[in-house]
Amino acid sequence: MTEIMTRPPKVPVTVRVNGVGYERYVEPRKLLSDFIRQDVGLTGTHVGCEHGVCGACTVIVDGELVKSCLMLAVQAQGSEIMTVEGLAKGGELHPIQQAFHEHHGLQCGFCTPGMLLAALSLLEENPDPTEDEVKVGMDGNLCRCTGYYNIVDSIMAAAGKMK
Amino acid sequence: MKPAPFFYHAPTSVDEAVALLQDLQEEDSKVLAGGQSLMPVLNMRLARVKHLIDINKLHDLDYIRPFDGGLAIGALTRHRMAEHSTDVATRAPLITEALPLVGDRQVRFRGTIGGSIAHADPVAELPTIALALDADLVVSKRGGSRTVPASEFFITFLTTAIEDDELLTEIRIPAPPAHSGHAFLELSRQLGTYAIVSAAAVVALDGGRISEARLALGGVGSTPIRALRAEESLRGQAPTIEAFTEAGRLASEATDPSADVHGSIEYRREMAAVYVRRALKVAAERAAVA
Ligand SMILES: Cc1cc2nc3c(=O)[nH]c(=O)nc-3n(C[C@H](O)[C@H](O)[C@H](O)COP(=O)(O)OP(=O)(O)OC[C@H]3O[C@@H](n4cnc5c(N)ncnc54)[C@H](O)[C@@H]3O)c2cc1C
Ligand code: FES
Ligand code: FES
Repeated sequence: MTEIMTRPPKVPVTVRVNGVGYERYVEPRKLLSDFIRQDVGLTGTHVGCEHGVCGACTVIVDGELVKSCLMLAVQAQGSEIMTVEGLAKGGELHPIQQAFHEHHGLQCGFCTPGMLLAALSLLEENPDPTEDEVKVGMDGNLCRCTGYYNIVDSIMAAAGKMK
Repeated sequence: MKPAPFFYHAPTSVDEAVALLQDLQEEDSKVLAGGQSLMPVLNMRLARVKHLIDINKLHDLDYIRPFDGGLAIGALTRHRMAEHSTDVATRAPLITEALPLVGDRQVRFRGTIGGSIAHADPVAELPTIALALDADLVVSKRGGSRTVPASEFFITFLTTAIEDDELLTEIRIPAPPAHSGHAFLELSRQLGTYAIVSAAAVVALDGGRISEARLALGGVGSTPIRALRAEESLRGQAPTIEAFTEAGRLASEATDPSADVHGSIEYRREMAAVYVRRALKVAAERAAVA
């Protein structure tokens, strides 16, 4: 059973999350989603399906919208990561968060962190989307409470405010 | 779930990557590209690997460039880059049309053109298109590379001509025929889910008649399927709905679908005929104004 005795060594991972630097030692198999939650200690990033389908774990890595359960922490080495905790500034909600609050864009809130970051990435690419473009652009994120109309309304409202 | 433990390698050059592949070929190793198909499989422990060879640092394989009138796409090019590339839009518009149907924005930020083709899922868009366009796949190993035509590349479900010590490095797409139009249509339950049946068509017109047609279908066999008899039936014909319906019938005969919760064998066969007919119609209309 030498297999079990030669476990892959831990590797250092240095990242910045929401502007703060972290260095941690993790197994290569550690998912970025678990790294953010367990090693960095930011639990706003949620884990739903763990196989890339629900979008709850969505974060932004070096400007790219990714499902963090489909990335290894080691692959984020040297990256700048943004999670839901990075949205509000100085106690002020981000306009997208404010819009979700005002338009009832969340019910249980489980999908919300992923929704907010997906919306941010979408609005950065397309600041003035049509409702259909929002629906298509958000199709990587599922809401189990199925409050999709209000999510779309919230993003449309946020787009109006952020212009 | 979480992946089982593995040794992680992140080569920074193609030479280093293929050397690793050769050294580890007896040891149960796998290439990791965008991870949008492989990571779910590892997370669910449908597969375990001893060595994971991450090719995301092979920036040399991230390019789209004109090649021989057509296009050369590096294997590590992300779906999203290709989706927004004007070179792809002019030289391989089938790809531009199909990419928005591949997964969702997150999937397209990470997923790679090479990964999708190497994964060889018969319901995936890009393998079907590679077959329709007569793409050449360049695979490299220590000491050299070879070129495999798409018609010989897809062996069966999730299995290609890539050997254990080889890496897919480039996808070459020939120039589109003159006066041609294209269409990619798929039947799926909703946007971003895999196709139940898909059809990729290219139609070239000359003096009001079809001079060349190319047709490939996804979701109706263990590999994407090229509908050669249907293509032949169209040569020299006027682009009429009757000709397209007949081609749809012939294409459907070439399929070998299996049943699942999304559709029976009969349903997939029927839909194959319908989607071929529709795709040919759209492609011919576009060819008429090309
Ligand atoms: C929610 C979701 C929805 C999706 N929907 C669709 C869809 O509608 N249509 C669709 O086509 N796909 C879909 N996908 C899959 C997606 O397109 C993948 O990106 C793609 O299939 C694989 O590309 P990758 O770069 O992520 O490869 P990986 O997942 O990294 O690898 C896939 C396989 O290819 C091998 N491989 C990768 N690159 C190479 C290479 N250069 N040489 C040799 N072998 C290599 C790997 O070893 C592995 O076996 C979806 C994925 C998710 C998570
Ligand atoms: S937890 Fe990552 S997509 Fe569902
Ligand atoms: S608000 Fe409950 S999952 Fe979306």
